[in-house]
Amino acid sequence: MGYRKVAIVGAGITKFVRRAEETGPEMAYLASKMALDQAGLKLKDVEMITLGTAPDAFDGVHMKGEYLLSGAGGNGKQYIRNFVGGGTGVFAPIHGWMHVASGACDVCLVVCSEKMSSCHPHPQGAFLTIFDHTTEQPLKPTLIWIFALEMRRYMETYGLTKADIARVAVKNKNNALDHPSSQVADTVTLEDVLNSEVLAEPVHRLDISPASDGAAAMVLVSEHVAKRLTDKPVWIDGVGWNLDTAYWATKDLYYPRYVEKAARMAYEMAGITEPHKQIQVAEPYDPFDYKELHHLEGLLLCERGDAARLTAEGYTARTGNLPVCPSGGALGVGNPIAATGLMKVIEIFLQLREEAGKRQVPGKPRVGLAQAWGDLMQVGTVIVLRR
Amino acid sequence: MKERVGIVGIGVTGFNSVSPSLSFKELTYTAAVKAYGEAGLHPKQIDSFITASEDFMEGYSIFDEYVPDQMGAVMRPVHTVTADFLQALGVGCMMINTGRFTTIAVEAHSKASNVKTLDEVQAFALDPVYLRPLKENAKFVAGLEMKCFLEMTGNTEEQCARVVVKNKKNSQKNPNAAYGAELSVDDVLNSEPISTPLKRLDVSERADGAIMVVLASEAEARALCKNPIWIDGIAWFSGNGNLWSRNIAEADYARLAMRKACSMAGISDPRKELHFAEICDEYSYKELQHLEALGLARKGEAGYLTESGVTSLDGDFPVNPSGGSLGVGHTFEASGGMKLYEAVLQLRNQAGARQVKDAKRCLVQSWRGVPTATGAVAILSNE
Amino acid sequence: MKIEKVPMKGLTSEEYEKALKISWKPKLQYAWDNGIAIGKYLQGLKEGKLLASCCNRCGRIMLPVRSFCELCWRPTDGEIAVNDTGVVNTFAICHVNWDASRLKPDEPRHIPAVIEIDGASKGQGIMHVLGNVDPAKVKIGMKVKAVWKPVAERVGSIDDIRFFEPY
Repeated sequence: MGYRKVAIVGAGITKFVRRAEETGPEMAYLASKMALDQAGLKLKDVEMITLGTAPDAFDGVHMKGEYLLSGAGGNGKQYIRNFVGGGTGVFAPIHGWMHVASGACDVCLVVCSEKMSSCHPHPQGAFLTIFDHTTEQPLKPTLIWIFALEMRRYMETYGLTKADIARVAVKNKNNALDHPSSQVADTVTLEDVLNSEVLAEPVHRLDISPASDGAAAMVLVSEHVAKRLTDKPVWIDGVGWNLDTAYWATKDLYYPRYVEKAARMAYEMAGITEPHKQIQVAEPYDPFDYKELHHLEGLLLCERGDAARLTAEGYTARTGNLPVCPSGGALGVGNPIAATGLMKVIEIFLQLREEAGKRQVPGKPRVGLAQAWGDLMQVGTVIVLRR
Repeated sequence: MKERVGIVGIGVTGFNSVSPSLSFKELTYTAAVKAYGEAGLHPKQIDSFITASEDFMEGYSIFDEYVPDQMGAVMRPVHTVTADFLQALGVGCMMINTGRFTTIAVEAHSKASNVKTLDEVQAFALDPVYLRPLKENAKFVAGLEMKCFLEMTGNTEEQCARVVVKNKKNSQKNPNAAYGAELSVDDVLNSEPISTPLKRLDVSERADGAIMVVLASEAEARALCKNPIWIDGIAWFSGNGNLWSRNIAEADYARLAMRKACSMAGISDPRKELHFAEICDEYSYKELQHLEALGLARKGEAGYLTESGVTSLDGDFPVNPSGGSLGVGHTFEASGGMKLYEAVLQLRNQAGARQVKDAKRCLVQSWRGVPTATGAVAILSNE
Repeated sequence: MKIEKVPMKGLTSEEYEKALKISWKPKLQYAWDNGIAIGKYLQGLKEGKLLASCCNRCGRIMLPVRSFCELCWRPTDGEIAVNDTGVVNTFAICHVNWDASRLKPDEPRHIPAVIEIDGASKGQGIMHVLGNVDPAKVKIGMKVKAVWKPVAERVGSIDDIRFFEPY
């Protein structure tokens, strides 16, 4: 069945920083303004807006969507906030796709803004209350627990070493040296990662992406508007999302089955039957280094348990057969949750237009995807773009 | 709207001041079982699911985690909007109009009784730089709005009190309502001042409850259901997000959403073409302010319409036959859903003692509460 | 279209110290209704039992107790007490507190684990912590048993089990 086509025609992004001087609404404004400028549009041309941002607990504002509204251009407009935890950044353009594909509007602004530094003493504190209030919170869990649990299960299942995993951090952090938004611009070696502070074995500090402040935005339009604005539209070809059970400890953490379900939904829509051959550049979510491997397998871009070997062999390097996180990903550019997901979609948008500058992957890719993960090992969000 | 969307199943729990016997999961499950039962569908046959919720009302940092199981939506496309139920319903209509989805389930619930510091949560929604340092109870915003609205339009405090009397009276006939009462205008006027001119009885009390609706495309709705209720138009809008630069006398969001929803539904004279309305009355003055913003009353006329009985259950244009938030209880993100439920019952001729005669087309409106200027409008019909 | 220059530069630590700031400590308090299922689960813990729900349609024995089977979409068919022993599915050795502050060198490490409970369906695990064990000796697949608080100290909470220890 044919759907109303939806194109991306402009993108904006701020620098990702440890502590922004700007407020959340100001950050949203900077990214939105840049996206509209790039698209050659004014705010008055925008009919509807969807905003993505992760927990209210970061900013310390109840109804954060309403708080960010004016910065995202929402005054006097149809504006709504979508929220699927960490998966929000890639879900936001999926939500935007709904707006345009349904015919509800021709021009939709998608904004993601995240100010994590407002949360004291540390943004990690906001994560205590993601666990079940009655059956888990009394154990005083931390967010890192669950990653360490999942990482160990994944390593044990396939017999992987710490070095197998750490190569992802090395690749992405070094890719990020070429990204203008990058928060941490340092060359990183395998030894640096392996020797960094142990937070929760097997997770070391450099296995984790840094908490950041940042914003990103993009403009989605219908086919006839796209033709008027640009000769290089990038089309949203497939969208998929999936939410697994809240009883997270009752499923085997070695494999993200919800990412596979989300990917299959997007592939079916995009007519992709052999993703490992048809997807030419990918931005899976990498808040922790093992997550990139986990997600590559869930996205059916490689065999289960094979992602570490492919990484070691350079298959996922920017010049490899399947460049993965050429942007530098969350590990390198920084991880202002929702803005990171949208940064990844923007990276694929630029790569397909061959406008990624020093980060451009070879071979004139025509099809790429971005993916994010969220909640308690539960949400997969996948978007497939085509030039 | 490209194609109108049908409501083929709806389920609610009752609305109560507390609900200690059920967890939020069990509460939602109760509503979901009813909605799927009415639609004759297993959740596996639902294409996608939407929840409307706010983290701090649930006491979780990422409440989206805890929604799939009780909707029968494990490993399915589920998402949250942090919005009122009617906005989620609008997103559901949009999803169906993409052509990619045929059936959508939309859920919202309130466990407001579990929030021990509700005023703190509301204050936490104020701008942290400009407003929160004033250390005012968030209801001061409602006081400001009420004062300004009454001054600018000539409506009176007494007319606001009549809204309370009317709605609490209507809700005595609503078995789902928690706050029915026989009050006098003086009872309201003499109640404790909260943020003058706002008084205690001008403010709706919180309630717990859950609602789920099953939506279907026009063709699917006809196949599933003998008499679906149709969503002819639905839109949400925001006014100025900043309280300090907002036109607080008038509810711009309601005016804008009404214009769009009417144009989708092909309505040019809403007062004539619609037969009743369920509109947001979280505070008494809001019903009057919204009536005027929606174009259902002229400026300064809403209080008179209330006083003269036009908006009473047996009047020309009943407003809030359910009893509204003042009578049923305020259910936060679910409040648009509570009102939608009443509209569906009325249009199905199932509203019992509250039945509005010959109700064929109506309007449901919501507002997200202080300090927001966001709300939605849906226009429904039964033919 | 090129994205080469991006706005925002971020504050250095010194700039941050000097910047004007507003702080707010919210007083957010909740009392969540346990409801039917979790109410039974907590009562079981108080009595020194781990309760699980049964679904006669899919045959699963599920932890924690739930009043409906989310997969079969029907009410569950009662509860049974499963064992208070299980197998470590995965674990971590944690050196930080929930607010990211670091544990002192002499403080015991937290060892969270997913424990698949004996007597429940395959894969039905709960998150808890391990104790009474040298962190270096913990292995996936290790058999562990609940160490309960004395009856008088139990309140009907997941931490009525102090931790799980190898046996």
